[in-house]
Amino acid sequence: MGRYLSKKTLVYLVTFVIAVTINFIIPRMMPGNPIQILLSRFSGMEGGREIIERQLTLLFNLDDPLIVQYFNFWRSVFTGDFGISIMQFPTPVMDIIKKAIVFDLILLVPAIILGWIVGNGLGAFSGVNKRADNVMMPVFYFLTSSPYFWLAGVVAFFLGVILDWFPISGAYGVTMIPAFTWRFILDYAKHWVLPFLSMFLVDIGGWAIGMRNMIIYERSSNYSKYMEALGASDRIIRNYGFRNGVLPQVTGLALKIANIIGGAIAVETVFNYPGLGRMMLNAVLNQDYFLLQGIFLAIVTMTLAANFLVDIVYMFIDPRVRLSLSGEV
Amino acid sequence: MKGFSRLFLVFMLVLVFSLTSFGQELDRSETLVVTGAAWGPPSSWNILIPNPAEGTTALVYETLFSFNPLKNEYRPWLAETGEWVSDNEYVVKLRKGIKWTDGVDFTAEDLVFTYELAKDNELPYSPIWKWLRAAVAEDDYTVRFIFREPHYAEWDRELYQRYIIPKHIWSQIPADELITRANRNPVATGPYLYHTATQDRMIWVRNDNWWGNEVFGTPKPKYIVDLVNVSNNITLGMLMKGEIDLSNNFIPGIEKVKQAVDLETWFEDEPYMLSWNTAKVYMNTLRKPMDDPKFRRALAFAVNQNNIVERAYGGIVKPANPTGLFGEGWLAYLDQDVVDEYGFFYDPEKAGALLDQAGYVDVNGDGWRQQPNGDPIKLEIIVPSGWTDWMEAIRSIAIDAQAVGINLVPAFPDAALYDNNRFNRNFDMLIGNQQSTLSSSPFTYWNGVINHDIHGSSVNNGNWGCYDNPEIFRWIAEFNITKDEAEKMRIASDIQKTLLIDMPVIPLWHNGLWAQYTNINWTNWPSENNPYGVPVTWRNAYQLGMIDVLINLEPVN
Repeated sequence: MGRYLSKKTLVYLVTFVIAVTINFIIPRMMPGNPIQILLSRFSGMEGGREIIERQLTLLFNLDDPLIVQYFNFWRSVFTGDFGISIMQFPTPVMDIIKKAIVFDLILLVPAIILGWIVGNGLGAFSGVNKRADNVMMPVFYFLTSSPYFWLAGVVAFFLGVILDWFPISGAYGVTMIPAFTWRFILDYAKHWVLPFLSMFLVDIGGWAIGMRNMIIYERSSNYSKYMEALGASDRIIRNYGFRNGVLPQVTGLALKIANIIGGAIAVETVFNYPGLGRMMLNAVLNQDYFLLQGIFLAIVTMTLAANFLVDIVYMFIDPRVRLSLSGEV
Repeated sequence: MKGFSRLFLVFMLVLVFSLTSFGQELDRSETLVVTGAAWGPPSSWNILIPNPAEGTTALVYETLFSFNPLKNEYRPWLAETGEWVSDNEYVVKLRKGIKWTDGVDFTAEDLVFTYELAKDNELPYSPIWKWLRAAVAEDDYTVRFIFREPHYAEWDRELYQRYIIPKHIWSQIPADELITRANRNPVATGPYLYHTATQDRMIWVRNDNWWGNEVFGTPKPKYIVDLVNVSNNITLGMLMKGEIDLSNNFIPGIEKVKQAVDLETWFEDEPYMLSWNTAKVYMNTLRKPMDDPKFRRALAFAVNQNNIVERAYGGIVKPANPTGLFGEGWLAYLDQDVVDEYGFFYDPEKAGALLDQAGYVDVNGDGWRQQPNGDPIKLEIIVPSGWTDWMEAIRSIAIDAQAVGINLVPAFPDAALYDNNRFNRNFDMLIGNQQSTLSSSPFTYWNGVINHDIHGSSVNNGNWGCYDNPEIFRWIAEFNITKDEAEKMRIASDIQKTLLIDMPVIPLWHNGLWAQYTNINWTNWPSENNPYGVPVTWRNAYQLGMIDVLINLEPVN
């Protein structure tokens, strides 16, 4: 058990170091100078621009050699102080991330978990019911092969524009002010539905196909046939099949989390949802190194943490892993 | 599983709680929802740095005068009067009885402090002290500005662009925090106050104690919600649903949308929008053959402006005057005789003839003209990727140039790369509209487009192609310091003539003051037939007539 955890921890640490380094390098390889971009829309008194440029360059330490900037960045990884955003000058990057990440979590956590649960449920059902299978499989294939941004557009068009059931932009209405009132929560929930649905729909397709195939495979395996010969009920056989079939699905979840978080970026952009994804897009467009680094790190951390969590869960639900890695078998 | 779902529920509740604070829902019938100004979340209300939240300018902090670009007229705002009492002295008398929103009286001390702060610290408007000698408070409501070298044109602009800040607040702020303060909840004199700022919107609430209520009238909307820009289709959808009342976004195809749904624009028909700035082709005069004025002028005749106006814009912009000038304040100095004699127009045959004359002919028979010395010509014209209207425009320009035998191809670098190339002289040709925004004096345009500051490590002030002509630089400086109108006219026509002959930039069209609005929640919008104000929420533009719009709007309910 300890060995399993320490091995995993080491892998995650190495990944983290590499991710942080890439995260540092990528924005700096972009052409252009972030401060020039901040100032490119500035029209004012002649000579005023140079003054501000000089002051900001000093403030952001962009004059320091790259290696110094790199070590400063590592320090900021541990202190959580990522400096000030250029685009949202003078807001600290951490403040921006803290505000945005709430929207992400409320969107992502249900989308990932419900998508997984519902997808597997539907897949299992499809695997044992031939008629349902014929109808559902094409739908699942359609959903899982849809890019997130595209399905988001489709959902927005039909449910938002044509049927006008849900708003298509923002996290709450234009006259709303965040408050702990039922009106606000209801409004928030209405705005949450479409982005959630876009992610949820794409995800269930993939899980359902995987589960359906697993169930069919398990039902034709020797232990199922043996149980059938012993006269076990269909329900018991199905349950055993599900328990075995769910294991690869958990591994799949670990592998897909990064993909889903990436999808959230696209979905948030489509729905103008004020989470990290849209913030990251803005940061890229404005070459906001500091915000970009902060968001990227937040996303990397989220992804690694979710993966780690799945690894631990896997250890519990699959005794073979637990036993093999602790040398008990 | 049961424990897990309970944990999940608790987690969600914590998240919802962490999101919330005290607040209320705004009454839609008292709320004006606008968009089109902000490109990022509101993050600063510090008027001393270039990116305060839109509306901090003029809704909150106010200027001495406001300027009406439709009538070319100054209106006393915080000032009661202001005049040149001698060649180098300007005296401002302030209105009496104005209070800062914290109750302190607004006096001459505040005005003097606003300027002296820039003398003692490095601020964007510090360069004014190169030509200003002193700002002296003569009594509580009188300030005398004494100039080393009076820059009349720049001062005119200063009068409606410098926001006055309270001394009793800003004198307490340490020098090193002047530009790093977010200054949330600013204390100022204006008609609106800070209400709420979130990632995607800025909310202002009316200042019911505003001094202007008695002078100009009370703004009708109790709240102004300024939404951060989103994609065009979302904006359009929200406009149609009545969620947005005024959009200052550029929305391609708006002329077609207008036929289908009930949207208002300034003009009923083409060009729909007022003009706001001039889009020009900049040519890099440090590279061949753009260093040759004959080549540049020939190219001007080759470009079909109407193609761009009709095809790229669907008629929502106006073709530019050959001088690049537009708007009442600038056109007052237009010399029509010069335009008639030297102005360019679309005439590919003439373009060809001019190129032939200048020695740009196809010697080797490859279909493209070569330089007089035989070197090939292969040029690129750039605009930022994703700016669809500009991309369409340079495709059209490239086709026009190719038609007269110039090998010019369009390219669409990323916006950051475009900016970088623009600042660092690293391009053949590009489209730019910088430093040419509607103002009170054509000095703005000339000083921007052909700025003299081109020899530094990068070009920052508008003359991207580094057109170097000390004589015209001197004229522009002279125009700035000349008071005599007849003399100014003479200088202005010299400048226009030289620019048309030398053609450092080709003015092509005037980008619009994009504004589309609906009558769902608010009516009595200004328009061509009722031009009482200007519907613009862009930064530094509220005082050009948006305050009048706020006062004159009528709620539907």
